Amino acid sequence: MAVASEQRTVDLREPGGWRRSKNQIATFFMWLAFVATLVPLVFVLVTVVSKGVGAISWQFLSGSPIPPNVLPLGVGGMGPAVVGTLEITGFAALIAIPLGVLGAVYISEYGGRNWLAKLIAFMADVMTGVPSIVMGLFIFSIWVLHFGYSGLAGSFALACLMLPIVIRSTYEMLLLVPNELREASYALGATKSRVTLTVVLPSAIGGIVSGALLSVARAAGETAPLLFVILTVEATNSNLFSGADTALSTQIFVNAQSPYVGAEARAWGAALTLIVISFALMLIARIVTARFTRYTR
Amino acid sequence: MEQPEQEVVEQTVSANLPRLETTVKAPVTVPGTTIFDLRNVSIWYGAFKAVTDVSLPVYEHEVTAFIGSSGSGKSTVLRAFNRMNDLVPGARLDGEMRYRGTDLYTKEVSAVAVRRRIGMVFQKPNPFPKSIYDNVAYGPRINGERNKRKLDEIVERSLRGAALWDEVKNRLKQSGLALSGGQAQRLCIARTIAVEPDVVLMDEPASALDPIATLAIEDLIRELKRNYTIVIVTHNMQQATRVSDRTAFFSVLTDSKNDTRTGILVEHGPTQQIFEDPHDSRTQAYVTGRMG
Repeated sequence: MAVASEQRTVDLREPGGWRRSKNQIATFFMWLAFVATLVPLVFVLVTVVSKGVGAISWQFLSGSPIPPNVLPLGVGGMGPAVVGTLEITGFAALIAIPLGVLGAVYISEYGGRNWLAKLIAFMADVMTGVPSIVMGLFIFSIWVLHFGYSGLAGSFALACLMLPIVIRSTYEMLLLVPNELREASYALGATKSRVTLTVVLPSAIGGIVSGALLSVARAAGETAPLLFVILTVEATNSNLFSGADTALSTQIFVNAQSPYVGAEARAWGAALTLIVISFALMLIARIVTARFTRYTR
Repeated sequence: MEQPEQEVVEQTVSANLPRLETTVKAPVTVPGTTIFDLRNVSIWYGAFKAVTDVSLPVYEHEVTAFIGSSGSGKSTVLRAFNRMNDLVPGARLDGEMRYRGTDLYTKEVSAVAVRRRIGMVFQKPNPFPKSIYDNVAYGPRINGERNKRKLDEIVERSLRGAALWDEVKNRLKQSGLALSGGQAQRLCIARTIAVEPDVVLMDEPASALDPIATLAIEDLIRELKRNYTIVIVTHNMQQATRVSDRTAFFSVLTDSKNDTRTGILVEHGPTQQIFEDPHDSRTQAYVTGRMG
């Protein structure tokens, strides 16, 4: 006991002074930033849901055609726009995802350090920064002027927009695949294509799929690239390849500009529909990622 | 003054000779077929000469150990055996590297074909993010085996061969990444022997493992020797004495004039001789632990 009492007590309390204050200030600003980010997010969501939920009904989602803006909400529905968005975005994904994934595989696995791979990677980054309306104008001038308005033109415009996103996200995922796995496969006598197909892509598939679906969600909401190329009509056009088409995003644009109550309600309803579609895609992305990465831990 | 000194030296040598011979308990291994024959092999990474003028034979059904300090080029030479250095941009090889009489570095030889016969186990256990079963079946599958029953057979035989079957037979569908370090390394060995290679190269296979897992791997190496020829790089000299029949000692040659370093093969021979009667003073210094 005598020995124990001789021992000096050690002060393990948090030291005060400027160092502690710095910590508290930094923590406070982080919380502030968090709350500040949350405000617009929640505000947008609450506004759209509260104003749009009244418009949502089975008739609104499937009814056709989209009525003239003077008519009230109960007449017709947004069916043509829902069909158009699904068709146009779906076909855009069909173009952009395979192209983007293969492009990223080339840059990461095959290109090595050659000039072509560097050029593609650089151009993809530049394309990410191109305003979406420019993509619309581009497709308008090279496609619509020759072949007329169509959903296909809209798909092209959206695909141009998605391509750099898919390339970027896939490339980042491929970089994360450890080199040891490639070596293990090579050491078993695999060719480069086998290594890529059976080891590299499966290891990265979760990230690739979620990146691709995020790009789809982003494209589904784009308005500017579609404005000039699909014309935004009122009737359902189930043929993607010819004739003017319509989409939710451009319908929001048209209806929201209108002074009539019915049109405004339709715009809010369409906005909510679009958010739900995006949300569903994100959810699928999460599920798919979890499904594909079950062996990675 | 000089005359008696010489006599003393002679006496000690002659007195030592019979004693040394009696310490050699293992029968002198008669070398089998020469699997690899390296003649004046030098390897570059770009402008950096990693290893200079290596001449070395590797014999069938033997364990050949490469020892030496870091930067002495042991791993570089090992990775040259199955042309893994091809994957490093700027790597090139000079000299002759014969495998069963065929030069490995000629235009007609495909690295893929070489690697199907010469497998490799890496320093860090690197199972694929697939199930245990798919890890082992990977090699046979890329070689075109599709028959489910045959694959089952190969997987069981390989896992038994790697002394892992009893531990994993009830969870073959689980991820290969869920195994412990030692188990994962044995899984990698099972994966390597599933394609029935001729030679198994091991690059410090136990350096990331605990002592018990290390002993398990060493037992396995002695077991594998019956069917395969093994070349192993190790930093652990006790390990070399425990598992290898032959040892090659590599060292670093520093050129102070140009400030360049390159790996050289100092000496090779039966393990017993390298550790008990090294011919080169550098080998002696290294194996007795007087120098890194």
